[in-house]
Amino acid sequence: MAVEAALSSRFGEFGGRYIPETLVAAHEDLEAAYNEARRDPEFQRELDDLLRHYVGRKTPLYFAERLTRECGGARIWLKREDLAHTGAHKINNALGQALLARRLGKQRIIAETGAGQHGVATATVCAMLDLECVVYMGSEDIKRQSLNAFRMKMLGATLVSVESGSKTLKDAINEAMRDWVTNVETTHYIIGSAIGPHPFPTIVRDFQSVIGNEARAQMLEQAGKLPDVAIACVGGGSNAIGLFHPFIDDPVRLIGVEAGGSGVGTGKHSATLVAGRPGVLHGTKTYLLQDADGQILETHSISAGLDYPGVGPEHSWLKTSERAEYVAVDDQQALEGFQALTRSEGIIPALEPSHAIYHAMNVARSLPANQDVLVGLSGRGDKDMHTVAAALGVTL
Amino acid sequence: MSKRMRDLFEEARASGRKLFIPYITAGYPRMEDTVPLLLAAQEGGADVIEIGVPFTDPLADGATIQHANTVALANGITLSGCFQLVREARNRGLTCPVVFMGYYNPILSRGEERAAAEAKAAGADGFIVVDLPPEEAGSFIAACRQNDLSFVPLVAPTSRDERIDVLAQVADAWMYCVSVTGTTGSKAVDSGGDLGAFIARIRRHTDLPLTVGFGISTRAHAASVWKVADAAAVGTAIIAAIDAAPADQRAQRVREFVEDVSGR
Repeated sequence: MAVEAALSSRFGEFGGRYIPETLVAAHEDLEAAYNEARRDPEFQRELDDLLRHYVGRKTPLYFAERLTRECGGARIWLKREDLAHTGAHKINNALGQALLARRLGKQRIIAETGAGQHGVATATVCAMLDLECVVYMGSEDIKRQSLNAFRMKMLGATLVSVESGSKTLKDAINEAMRDWVTNVETTHYIIGSAIGPHPFPTIVRDFQSVIGNEARAQMLEQAGKLPDVAIACVGGGSNAIGLFHPFIDDPVRLIGVEAGGSGVGTGKHSATLVAGRPGVLHGTKTYLLQDADGQILETHSISAGLDYPGVGPEHSWLKTSERAEYVAVDDQQALEGFQALTRSEGIIPALEPSHAIYHAMNVARSLPANQDVLVGLSGRGDKDMHTVAAALGVTL
Repeated sequence: MSKRMRDLFEEARASGRKLFIPYITAGYPRMEDTVPLLLAAQEGGADVIEIGVPFTDPLADGATIQHANTVALANGITLSGCFQLVREARNRGLTCPVVFMGYYNPILSRGEERAAAEAKAAGADGFIVVDLPPEEAGSFIAACRQNDLSFVPLVAPTSRDERIDVLAQVADAWMYCVSVTGTTGSKAVDSGGDLGAFIARIRRHTDLPLTVGFGISTRAHAASVWKVADAAAVGTAIIAAIDAAPADQRAQRVREFVEDVSGR
């Protein structure tokens, strides 16, 4: 059965499973459990039911009429993952993996989080399914995202502040991996993005593909056609791969927007696919921001959720196979995108998708009015108010 | 496998002698400390020395070795810097086998064949790559073999029997048995039944020498390892001994520590 049902561990030359031996059996078990689950109608039924009644899916596809008019080009459509329960797309994956963990008989869940959205989503589903939850978060990110840090505690999770390295997402993943190496017999690690060792990039992509599957059907229904372009922000890249994947075989331009930080030329950014080269980190072969000796570089972005020196391996493959394009949008431009959407549509986006909004506005301007640009609005911006206020020189 | 390594294991097997393998992070606490520390470890009775190649994201290591990695990188250590330190130590009298222990990305970044050739030229005898299981290691194992370097696979308590077979097949010198599910230095080995059963399970799959590491810090620990396995590896406790020593006594303390734990 294992051979027959095996998922591919690679996306072209990227992906794979570069892990300490202690974790090999757990990955094999997870792969087997996922293979069974995805063919099990009962699992799908339970997941679909919770996605509908608990998460609030399907999320709307919204035609941003005023923003479209302001840009004066192609129509801009927003896939409203900000309206999913807990305020971001992260819950799609957290819920799916928590159900898998239950199937594996594991009662303890660990997770890493950057902006806190994945941590909140994981703490939420653990509360609902009565699972123990420990979330690792860099101390720098806890400072930037104190509201989400508190939400996790309210939800009953144990929040562990990570002080090593750059004290951000990368280091939270290291610490979660160390926990997993120690407690692997009892614990499932819900990785929050389409990164990490096989089968995680595939599992996360599949659970997030609900975004693109819904958006594709909604575009056909509401616009009467497929979009010409689909755009999403890319940190680890889970909302982007979820949006892109159902369009892979369609004539749709796919554009991933990375965090340009202070500018790609300054070295203070997180634009992995734009400025990195392939290597191995966190169990997968993918593009990385690294120095000449293969040491991982510290990254910067105004958005904690994009502040990561790696990227999901499937994006590396989409880049090298030229199926998708990747660009960088810097902190300042993201703030412009944030303000434009807030003022024109009354929708306050998170800083992560604000990068995608900014680029979508530029793309829309360059296209005729009969074309359609679909943007993944991956989360809402409540969590970012302190950061935005500080960037705009306002004291709250 | 290098001649140095083969000679050592043949001698140990013939005499029934158990081996001691200390670990030193290259470039820690200062670049100039490494060569004297390697020589001190040898004087104290090290049979093989593991040289830690620092990496920014050592996800299988506990706090002590993480810290050593961070400091060494801040001191400017690189993979080729590690090779240079071994070359220098050989010139100054280091004769025991040395294996590099670290993570895959610096090797991949250097180029697998180039890294293996340079390691060989510097006087090294093998590699332990924590995040490179056999499935992903084909080309690097080939590069090691071409240069008479040993690729030392790790075996964990969670490794299943069919998996241990696969791991034993890629080993040519010895196997590194991770004594606990956890990071380096995390907890003491269980000197009772668990370790014995674990080693016995591996022993059914291979005749190669078995080294036990992770969680060994004292003479008593090492002695309990030697009851069931061929060699004991100690890392975190040595780094801790270095940390506790005044700057001008680090080499002396490492020699004393190795003498004490190895019983030489």
